[in-house]
Amino acid sequence: MTTKLSNAQIAWRAAQDIADGAYVNLGIGFPEMVAKFQPPGRQAVFHTENGVLGFGEAPPAGEEDWDLINAGKKAITLKPGAAFFHHADSFAMVRGGHLDVAILGAYQVAQNGDLANWSTGPKGVPAVGGAMDLVHGAKRVAVITDHVTKDGKPKLVEACTLPLTGVGCVTRVYTSLAVVDIEDGRFVLREKLATISLDDLQAVTGARLHLDGAVGDLVVPEL
Amino acid sequence: MDKRIPNLAEAVAGIPDGATVMIGGFGGSGAPIELIHALIDRYLATGSPKDLTVINNNAGNGHVGIAALIEQGMVRKMVCSFPRSADPRVFTEKYLAGEIELELVPQGTLAERIRAGGAGIPAFYTPTSYGTDLARGKPVAEFDGRPYVQERWLKADFALIKAELGDHYGNLTYRMAARNFSPLMAMAAARTVAQVTRAVAPGGIDPEHVVTPGIFVSGIVEVANPAQEEALNRAEAAHPPARPQEVQA
Repeated sequence: MTTKLSNAQIAWRAAQDIADGAYVNLGIGFPEMVAKFQPPGRQAVFHTENGVLGFGEAPPAGEEDWDLINAGKKAITLKPGAAFFHHADSFAMVRGGHLDVAILGAYQVAQNGDLANWSTGPKGVPAVGGAMDLVHGAKRVAVITDHVTKDGKPKLVEACTLPLTGVGCVTRVYTSLAVVDIEDGRFVLREKLATISLDDLQAVTGARLHLDGAVGDLVVPEL
Repeated sequence: MDKRIPNLAEAVAGIPDGATVMIGGFGGSGAPIELIHALIDRYLATGSPKDLTVINNNAGNGHVGIAALIEQGMVRKMVCSFPRSADPRVFTEKYLAGEIELELVPQGTLAERIRAGGAGIPAFYTPTSYGTDLARGKPVAEFDGRPYVQERWLKADFALIKAELGDHYGNLTYRMAARNFSPLMAMAAARTVAQVTRAVAPGGIDPEHVVTPGIFVSGIVEVANPAQEEALNRAEAAHPPARPQEVQA
């Protein structure tokens, strides 16, 4: 019995909402998995901030070309129809509203759509990369995340306590337990695992989950 | 007109103490390793240039390239978006010891500030960083009902970049994702020197394929078979290379 989704299953669920022909940016790390689960018959075009549209999977070990990398500095390959461009064009795609969807990780998401995903506080060396750019401009900014932190605290909260990446930017959250939309400053529950009750889900969520019509079952394949 | 520079030492000869230097590259892709190492060699021989402000997306990886520049103590300040890497120890130690300044800039804002510097636009507004710690102290204005943060242009005394083909007029092409910041930096620096993998005569680059027009480039120096930062780091290289007696000591 599934008690919570694996990262691959969360990524699979997020991939089902990407339309054929969509231009998509996937955040570094866990969100990169979304690319593996494109539904058959649909083809998204993936954007990476360092200046490539239309990249494919990683090359086999030993066949890397280190001039051909993604924003995570991992080696990639090109698909037919790929394009290179400089950084100002790349971020014009991001901030000019040309991307259909950006899928990012999160430390916290607030019910008003605020996102914290770049810093856990003042210790160490701060690094932001493209996180603050990506949350602005994509037509849809979605988050994929475990529903709670490693020590069990809610990641969906009334207000972020960690440093913000962007204000009011997230529109949908795919978690290990549920699919939640952010509408009019509230979390609206769209899907949840059939194995968890509404009360138990609310208990691990840091802000009120609102209902707007029927809540669907969150159904994913074994992966 | 002939913008060819005969060797690397001459290519970096004019950079003074205290200069602001843009260095192309995103991680190892597009990093002008030979130009950076020539700058280090000059410093080791003459004690100059030092107190540099370096603008790059990152803050070096391992012990080559920008990391080696920082390791030598030549850099007073880094302007970058992501001062982390597979091996960020050189920057991290100096930063935590208070020996190097950091201006952290969101990546797209960094690119646009450099572009603005090159295009003669002193400031612009962007939604990026609004409401975050990185917008502190910056003017905010509303346009069509949404708040935007004012960001200023970024210019430099020098840009050191890596290109693929360069002709004698300074027209450049790049190789794959190694393009990244270099076309922007070429515009934003008072003097831009490109190391090119192959120098060609005018006409050797189809005008339809020119990415950086030569007007933005002061000089090119040919470096055939350039080193790749990632490959150097995988081989645990350092610059300058450790000499055997030093290793024994």
